[in-house]
Amino acid sequence: MNHPVGYNASDRLRWTEWLPWAVALAVFFLLPDYLSLGARVLTYILFALSLDLILGYAGIITLGHAAFFGLGAYVTGILSAKLGVTDPLLQMLASAFAAGLLGLATGALVLRTHGLTQLMLTLAVAAVCLEIANKATPLTGGADGLSGVTIAPILGYFKFDMYGRTAYLWCLALVFAGWYVIRRLIYSPFGAALTGIRENSVRMHAVGAPVFGRLLAVYTFSAMVAGIAGALLTQTNQFVGLNVLGFEPSGELLVMLILGGVGRLYGAFVGPLVFLIAQDYLARQFPEYWYFGIGLMLVIVVLFARGGILGISDALVARLRGKA
Amino acid sequence: MEAFLSSLVSVAFHGVAYGMILYVISVGLSVTMGLMGFTNLAHGVFAMAGGYILVTSLSRFNLPFPLALALSFLVVAAASVILERLLYSRLYGASELEQVLFTIGLIFMSVALARLIYGTLQAPVVLPDYLKGQFALLGRDFPAYRVFLILFSAGMIGVLWFGVERTLWGAMVRAAVDNRAMAQAIGINTKRLFTITFAVGSGLAGLGGALGADIIAIQPTYPFEQLVYFLIVVSVGGLGSLRGPFIAALLIGITDTACKYWVPQFGAFFIYAATIGLLLWRPMGLFGKRA
Repeated sequence: MNHPVGYNASDRLRWTEWLPWAVALAVFFLLPDYLSLGARVLTYILFALSLDLILGYAGIITLGHAAFFGLGAYVTGILSAKLGVTDPLLQMLASAFAAGLLGLATGALVLRTHGLTQLMLTLAVAAVCLEIANKATPLTGGADGLSGVTIAPILGYFKFDMYGRTAYLWCLALVFAGWYVIRRLIYSPFGAALTGIRENSVRMHAVGAPVFGRLLAVYTFSAMVAGIAGALLTQTNQFVGLNVLGFEPSGELLVMLILGGVGRLYGAFVGPLVFLIAQDYLARQFPEYWYFGIGLMLVIVVLFARGGILGISDALVARLRGKA
Repeated sequence: MEAFLSSLVSVAFHGVAYGMILYVISVGLSVTMGLMGFTNLAHGVFAMAGGYILVTSLSRFNLPFPLALALSFLVVAAASVILERLLYSRLYGASELEQVLFTIGLIFMSVALARLIYGTLQAPVVLPDYLKGQFALLGRDFPAYRVFLILFSAGMIGVLWFGVERTLWGAMVRAAVDNRAMAQAIGINTKRLFTITFAVGSGLAGLGGALGADIIAIQPTYPFEQLVYFLIVVSVGGLGSLRGPFIAALLIGITDTACKYWVPQFGAFFIYAATIGLLLWRPMGLFGKRA
């Protein structure tokens, strides 16, 4: 967890940081059958990045991050299916705006509290959203979900094709943009302030840092990114179901991030990739064992491997170098 | 008017029954969280286990109902001791995030196990004949089982309160909640105290799950779906208190029943909204210690 970030770390791009993008492009050309899974992975990477920002860097524990993801998904879905706004960029902006607004409003309340109360409030906010989506059937389709979502070509040129190629590249472009902004943010003084608050908020108060303002800013921004990820999910699936909201998607997202490694930028890349691919293979054949497996994995990661996959690989690399 | 009055009585009655169940399940969570500072999101697992033990011993082994209830308390309490010694105790000093993740992991595992053993459907409870039927009081009919449930829970709560307020064990628990370091310093074995308290709390959850199997359906998703309610009871009531969660549980039981009866289209919306409002007004809960 104590990865060097903030002022002490060099923010120059290392060559390894281009690897994920090279792999993503290679997948596009070499594995055309897996593009829909790929788009799903990319969407969740963006979602996990947003959670990593507030959980891993700012240290805010939330059980309700799916509220923003779900709101983004529903805003895009409702805009398209009920109001006839089919331009993907407009939908994206509207989703980001709505999720950001919810983040600002709930963050202003939630971030004033600590511990169990904070945990409970994030959970309650997500539960309220789920309840509204479930009961406002004329708008959201309720338990049946919202279908009939149509998406116009991006910028009027790039149509969403049935092979999912446009969708994949669209997701990739947005994840890249999100990654770039978040990376800049983490290495900025703002990012250093967040890490400081996570490590010792009393001292940050003492040095005169506006703790609450910083937390609220990052919470709102993270909500916007999660909203964008939700919009992406709707645009690539052309359907919104109740399962984008509530405790289970929030929990699964936590699992993905922990699996990859929390508080490190690329943990949010590795986690969803491993989790969703494993889910794609295992969950359909052995749903019971699958859930048991992710539970067991969480317990093991917490007890024995507190840095997730990236933490383990870091430790391995360090040991190899030490011997060489 | 008469119709309104009878629906009012009915809502109050069912609400109290539901609230009692919520309290019996959640009180252990309040005490263990207050005592050990451990964020145990997997508390609902114990309640679900209790429910399954009751259902299995009634329908498969044809045990008498009181014995099945006792078993649900004892088996869950015993199992929780093993869990506490093997796993929970390793994380007492850990960060809140690690405790949250660990207990979510336990939830996932138990949901999978329950589904593997019992399938995804709701497990039906076969009540004994003497608890079926109606119970007439003041010219109204009440379901006999709910009457039993309220009386039995009230008895359990009485025993629990006596235990905490009037016995040596209770005094030690209260001392450890108020100031753990001081309690240790005067020679209280807090480690053993934790284990025993954890077992009693978990056993009560198992008992509550078994008693309430008729009200809160026993199914594999139970720990996920009911978690919000248990956490609301504890956080609204206040950590480490016995009285706070009792009032919170009754409030929630009655409000929830009233909402489902009169405004079903809003679902649980009011409960969540009221919780958010209450926690903003009093972040430590109604009877929590001031931070």
